[in-house]
Amino acid sequence: MAEKKATVPFSGTKEQEEALMKVIHELKDEKGALMPILQKAQDIYGYLPIEVQKMISDETGIPMEKIYGVATFYSQFTLSPKGKYRISVCLGTACYVKGSGDIYNALMEKLGIVGGECTPDGKFSLDACRCVGACGLAPVMMINDEVYGRLTVDDLDDILAKYE
Amino acid sequence: MGNVNLKINGLNVTAPAGSTILEAAQAAGIKIPTLCYLKEINEIGACRMCVVEVKGARNLVASCVHPVAEGMEVQTNTPKLLDSRRRTLELLLSNHDKKCLSCVRSGQCELQELCQELGVTDENYFEGETTHYELDESAVHMVRDNNKCILCRRCSAVCEKVQSVGVIGPNNRGFATFIGSPFEMGLGDTSCVGCGQCIAACPTGALYEKSNIDDVLAAIADETKHVVVQPAPSVRAALGEEFGYPMGTDVEGKMAAALRRIGFDKVFDTNFSADLTIMEEAHEFLDRVKNKGVLPLMTSCSPGWVKYCEHYYPDQLDHLSSCKSPQQMFGAITKTYYAEKMNIAPEDIVCVSVMPCTAKKFEIQREDQDAGGVPDVDISITTRELARLIRKVGINFRSLPDEGFDDPLGESTGAGVIFGATGGVMEAALRTAVEELTGETLEKVEFTEVRGTEGIKEAVYNVAGMDVKVAVASGLSNAKIIMDKIRAKEADYHFVEIMCCPGGCVNGGGQPQVHADVRNFEDVKAIRAKVLYDNDAAKTLRKSHENPSIKRVYSEYLGEPGSEKAHHILHTTYVKRTVN
Repeated sequence: MAEKKATVPFSGTKEQEEALMKVIHELKDEKGALMPILQKAQDIYGYLPIEVQKMISDETGIPMEKIYGVATFYSQFTLSPKGKYRISVCLGTACYVKGSGDIYNALMEKLGIVGGECTPDGKFSLDACRCVGACGLAPVMMINDEVYGRLTVDDLDDILAKYE
Repeated sequence: MGNVNLKINGLNVTAPAGSTILEAAQAAGIKIPTLCYLKEINEIGACRMCVVEVKGARNLVASCVHPVAEGMEVQTNTPKLLDSRRRTLELLLSNHDKKCLSCVRSGQCELQELCQELGVTDENYFEGETTHYELDESAVHMVRDNNKCILCRRCSAVCEKVQSVGVIGPNNRGFATFIGSPFEMGLGDTSCVGCGQCIAACPTGALYEKSNIDDVLAAIADETKHVVVQPAPSVRAALGEEFGYPMGTDVEGKMAAALRRIGFDKVFDTNFSADLTIMEEAHEFLDRVKNKGVLPLMTSCSPGWVKYCEHYYPDQLDHLSSCKSPQQMFGAITKTYYAEKMNIAPEDIVCVSVMPCTAKKFEIQREDQDAGGVPDVDISITTRELARLIRKVGINFRSLPDEGFDDPLGESTGAGVIFGATGGVMEAALRTAVEELTGETLEKVEFTEVRGTEGIKEAVYNVAGMDVKVAVASGLSNAKIIMDKIRAKEADYHFVEIMCCPGGCVNGGGQPQVHADVRNFEDVKAIRAKVLYDNDAAKTLRKSHENPSIKRVYSEYLGEPGSEKAHHILHTTYVKRTVN
């Protein structure tokens, strides 16, 4: 089940809100406006926290539950922000048989979050991904654009420490 | 549109173009089972129970949404179809909490019935991973048990489309899909109005009212308590359905007899306080007209509507009548006038109401509903709960004699009984207000323009030289249309009646659940409403102000309608709420 409440406090700016209102007012009278509004809202904020969904609901008159239902149905939407450092662990076949599942679980434990979430300080977010094209280095994870290969669980503390 | 000719199970059938195979089959006397389908509310063809074979079609088609066509050949009960439907049920059961023995819906469950009809012999045929959900008990009036949910979406469709509330719906996708509220809020934290229409729509035991039957039995068993009961007008129009009577049977007399045998000290009638409500509300209306008060005056009998107004139109609360609902007026007068008359301390009286409504469970806990210094009403149960209570204590309902209500709070007029149907409160109020305004006796007490089950009705009555414009709406999506007009200052009504549930209380969320097979093809609202109008027509006294018991309450205790004392006891206030 997807994660619900964002672990990071909402810090939307006035500019973001103005941009969102502009989008809503451009689209709201069109049929099927909710999807493009949610996509643009995610472009503006990076994710769709309760505060953003509430603004959309208030402005469009679409019930919150309807918005939330759509936001949790499509995998393109996320309810959690991405961290300053975005960790993606490859759970593709090659990495998985080489133990990336253990890496993923260890990271969840070390960061105190589950996949899809962001740490409360906004620093790390964790996601699973499929093949990054470096199967020869399996198991692989990426932190932003940096690739780390031939990983063991014991390597993780040192790697994370580089980003502290 | 013309008709088309088709064959169903080899029979020649004619059906209006544009109708569905399901409708054509129904008209031809052929039953096709359905599960997710609710006419005009949930037509999504998702559950695959109503599949049929259409000659030339590649796959089985969902008859609830598939339109008929000229020359179409349909089969509804081939072995392949019966097999497919049984398999669908087995798949539903693979992730269903099958605790039928302790389920409130057992015996009246559409899923259970289909399993029996289609011969499911192994409820664990597809054993595998299952999901487990905590009960949502956050709302005052009901429980949501997703472990019994089959994701048919009948509840969320009703909530959003019929009631314009939309606080429950499908979240997530695939196997993880569940019906819930936004951000996993409890229902009690949302702007749910408590109408219970989701319960009425649910085919299984996933949604049910919080039961207060045991509280009633405990109060009756307590020797120190004087326990009185008041059944609402609509209860007598539907309770019989629970005991095998055809829909549309008036069981007022047996209901009174059953309540007496359950052990209530006094069996009174909410119809009495409906008359009392009219005295106060008609007075309030005339007062607002005379003194240029806020118009239109809007009725406040329906707690689901009141809560909806508080959440969605908090800027329009001045329109709401300050009158308490009949349930609350009844409790208030019981714990003041009646308590004094009988010399019983208000705290020793337990006032129980039987309501066609789940929102009434919320209403009894509202603030400013405690005229006697204690809550006006202590326990509110639904019509369904009364039926369970009658069965539980071993009363053979069908063999009961017809009995009447007790004095002094059991006497009522025809105006009181029609409160349960959309337009009924308006008609009752007009019967009193018009006579008051003109000073003449009405020749004809029926105001037929405000009768009927349409969602919105309007009428203009010329009374003593004044054009009185009235509107009546039932179902909150219709209330919304009226409220948007009022908010935009585009409405010039003087008096508006709103009932939360479509058709009014007769179709309330606490009434006996009606199987979709019936609900989809019969006008439940009209059939039950007819009971109330017939009951009214058979009465000698049909105007609230002619009720001798009401006259006595005013002469002995309250003074005049709208007096300071009446205000203190019979009126209330509202609060602004937010939308979640």
